[in-house]
Amino acid sequence: MRITVNIPTILRPLTNDQKRIEITALNVLEVIDQIEQQYPGVKEKLITEGQAHRFVNIYVNDNDIRFSDGLSTSLQDGDSITILPSVAGG
Amino acid sequence: MLVIHSKLVEAMIAQSHKDHPIETCGVIAGPEGSNIPLRLIPMRNVAQSKTFFEFDPQQQLQVWREMEAQGEEPVVIYHSHTGSQAYPSRTDVENASEPGAHYVIIPTDNLYDREIRSFRILDGMITEERVCTVSAYHKLQAALEQLIEA
Repeated sequence: MRITVNIPTILRPLTNDQKRIEITALNVLEVIDQIEQQYPGVKEKLITEGQAHRFVNIYVNDNDIRFSDGLSTSLQDGDSITILPSVAGG
Repeated sequence: MLVIHSKLVEAMIAQSHKDHPIETCGVIAGPEGSNIPLRLIPMRNVAQSKTFFEFDPQQQLQVWREMEAQGEEPVVIYHSHTGSQAYPSRTDVENASEPGAHYVIIPTDNLYDREIRSFRILDGMITEERVCTVSAYHKLQAALEQLIEA
């Protein structure tokens, strides 16, 4: 499956300043693993102990993966993934 | 330095007092690379807490997409402190994820400061900056600010 991934500003120093990356993968975790192979350091910013980080939002098209199958959410050809760090604080 | 229109400051303060004692939050978008805050978007605080805020993830996706489509970026990210001073908390620093943004804090507890304060937060480092409230943006002024910051 050909997937477009939208990279947030804060991770662009790790991805040669690219805003978008094309990846071939079957689910969200595979996408992140593929990005990690090309751009080491990205995965640890997104995943903690096998789960998406609490303060990172990952969307497949318009859908937050928390409300589907999390990192196992499967993908269709042409899907778009958007990664956005939560804006949060105290 | 944050140069910001007085009407935007008034809007942030009004929103903060309306939501008090719950923390309020929002973003002010501006043209990419301009450092000029123009379009204020109040955000839903899904935490609905007196000590914590978090942008509604679904609204955030929609707003971030709008900004990208319009060639904008988040120039200001603001929230209120309803029972503490207007200084970034530990969680503010841990979650600061927009390196280019001015982080503005609006105090709503009269025991503490009354003025809004603005900070840069980068790699866990907090740098306070001056807030210059203006009644109009002038191109020259913006250019000067950029020169001073460079």
